[in-house]
Amino acid sequence: MHVIESGNVAAATGVKLARVQVIAAYPITPQTPLTEKLSEFVEGGELPAEYIPVESEHSAMAVCIAASTAGARAFTATSANGLLYMNEQLHWAAGSRLPLVMCVANRGVGAPWTVWNDHQDTISQRDLGWIQLYCADHQQIHDTVLKAFKLAETVSIPVMVCYDGYLLSHTYMPFELPEQEEVDAFLPPFAPTHFLNPEAPRNFNSVTLPDVRPDLHGNTAPGYMEIRKTLQGDLRRSLTEIEAIDEAFGEIFGRSGTPFLEPYCCDDADYVVLCMGSLSYQLHDVIDTLRDEGVKIGVMGLKVYRPFPDAAIREALCGRKRVIVFEKALSYGNQGALYADVKSALYSAETRPAVNNYILGLGGREIKTQHLYDALTESINNEAAIGDEPQWIGLKL
Amino acid sequence: MDKDKKTTILNLTDEEMVNPGNRACSGCGLGIVYRTALKALGKDTVLAVPPSCLTVLQGLYPVAATKLPCVNVTFASTAAAATGVRAAMRATGRDHLNVVAFAGDGGTGDIGIQALSGACERGEDIIYICYDNEAYMNTGVQRSGTTPKGVMTTTTPIKGKIQHKKDVPSIIAAHGISYVATASAAYPLDLYDKVKKAVSMKGGTRYIHVHTPCPSGWGFAPRYSVKIGKLGVVTGLFDLYEIVNGEFSLTGESAKSVGKERTPVTEYFKTQRRFSGLTQEIIDEMQGIIDDKWAAYTA
Ligand SMILES: Cc1ncc(C[n+]2csc(CCOP(=O)(O)OP(=O)(O)O)c2C)c(N)n1
Ligand code: SF4
Ligand SMILES: [Mg+2]
Repeated sequence: MHVIESGNVAAATGVKLARVQVIAAYPITPQTPLTEKLSEFVEGGELPAEYIPVESEHSAMAVCIAASTAGARAFTATSANGLLYMNEQLHWAAGSRLPLVMCVANRGVGAPWTVWNDHQDTISQRDLGWIQLYCADHQQIHDTVLKAFKLAETVSIPVMVCYDGYLLSHTYMPFELPEQEEVDAFLPPFAPTHFLNPEAPRNFNSVTLPDVRPDLHGNTAPGYMEIRKTLQGDLRRSLTEIEAIDEAFGEIFGRSGTPFLEPYCCDDADYVVLCMGSLSYQLHDVIDTLRDEGVKIGVMGLKVYRPFPDAAIREALCGRKRVIVFEKALSYGNQGALYADVKSALYSAETRPAVNNYILGLGGREIKTQHLYDALTESINNEAAIGDEPQWIGLKL
Repeated sequence: MDKDKKTTILNLTDEEMVNPGNRACSGCGLGIVYRTALKALGKDTVLAVPPSCLTVLQGLYPVAATKLPCVNVTFASTAAAATGVRAAMRATGRDHLNVVAFAGDGGTGDIGIQALSGACERGEDIIYICYDNEAYMNTGVQRSGTTPKGVMTTTTPIKGKIQHKKDVPSIIAAHGISYVATASAAYPLDLYDKVKKAVSMKGGTRYIHVHTPCPSGWGFAPRYSVKIGKLGVVTGLFDLYEIVNGEFSLTGESAKSVGKERTPVTEYFKTQRRFSGLTQEIIDEMQGIIDDKWAAYTA
């Protein structure tokens, strides 16, 4: 079915079609309409799930962690300070290997307060052991929610579905809504092997010691470090799963083929812009203009930030003249986090392109087409400072 | 409680939900509380436990002292985690199970009070048991909200705690939940019957606050845990009561003490090193508070 709805509703309908069993959420702009929609689905009887109106985000994630440990498919959503208020719980969810899905309507982080979009909230949470997926439009939000549950339950790792606050969460766009039977064929019910069950009692997340330790039968059980190494290994392996799930999704829904990077005009491009979220689509106009001027340039939207698809990035960027990384976040005191990751992925490439870094759109600062055009021409004409200092776009003082 | 048939040592179930041998200090009151409460809860129970002495008692991976399924959760989140377990039980058709949060006083009345208050306000179908050893014991005896006035802890090392004990069960009762009770490790059968009653009142939030002597943190020899727990009750300092659907009544030893002369509270203070810095002024103040409280009970 073809519908025109907001990004938050695109997410909510994905959650509903995924037959989520437990939802816990706390309102924060710009995520709020998503939780309102889910309450409506549950109260109206359209979605037979438990909706827990918790008193904080810390508790929202606690409910999800416990519900998932007890064997239910669980979901929450948040933004900015809500996400950061969960921080301890986010580490806990990943360490517990729970297949939670959480939507984050990306928003800048206080202080000072801002309710507008940038990516600082989720980028600051990149080292949790969660998978982070980014969406460029409403169709991607909807599809990514469905794929996220499949992925999370395949690799037993929680997944964050990130989309731009306001720019996507509150705007209306057309997208394709699949039938419930199609979704059921793609996403079978959650069937964990271990869960809270008096018939097979287990003590989950108990205290570990620095070293390995024998169990009561004399078999060596892993210590903290082995458990953590397994998480890292499984996260890296989930890159393969992301590709497989993208393919499986395509077979049922007809949309697939760009699991990691979504290129526009990149086949012959000497210059490639790399960015995340809706900005990659916004850049199409500027790319068209520069192409008209004869510049061989394209843009790639990165859809998977953690685990970092370094091999795919290397393959896509090796041999280009220049890569220009546009970011709505910063690793304060250093550079854009994505910029640093891209450079590290390119280090082992045979021919390394030059890489430039631009910071833009923080706290919802309007990203003007002219500013994008100016930055790209500056970079292409080699006028940008080639050092590691990021350049700022759209500053007015 | 008085109307109901009381459990005695002769008809108490032999079934144990705690494996023999655990990591608590010898003489630990929590050992009694945990064993007794789990006996009353029985096999069809799921636990949620935050960091505390109980985490350690329950064993270090891959060994577990409990025979019940348990999820260990972050310090502030116990009541919310129990909420999540209950939601999953409803969602997966296993709603008959008891969902029980088991936490220390710090995890309950300090860092965990927001999640607990939220759960009580929503009327979550959970049993919350707080064992109150009156300090953060797991991290080495720091003051908590329920540490009594004048007590020496590692964060009140010279003058003792300046403030009075926070009355957590009254705060919880103010939420209007169906069942609030207090109990003591020194009266395990009273505790057992209260946990049983909480189980029988399935549907709403049920809270039990258990006074739990701690030899290591309070400064007394392990063999005196029960004796000191009893002194806490017979001096009228810590009362055993129930609030069933808003109806308050004293139970057990406390019910028997109404109208009788009570042991002076100094007898309790004398038994523990943590009270060694009490001035006569604080002792008199505490005795005065107890006397006023009991005058109201008699009235
Ligand atoms: C967020 C957070 N802050 C601090 C701690 C450290 N911590 C672990 S247990 C504990 C004290 C527990 O006190 P209480 O709940 O009274 O239980 P007890 O140890 O006395 O049995 C503290 C402060 C923690 N684990 N998590
Ligand atoms: S410190 Fe106290 S409460 Fe903790 S295990 Fe030892 S005796 Fe028990
Ligand atoms: Mg304590």
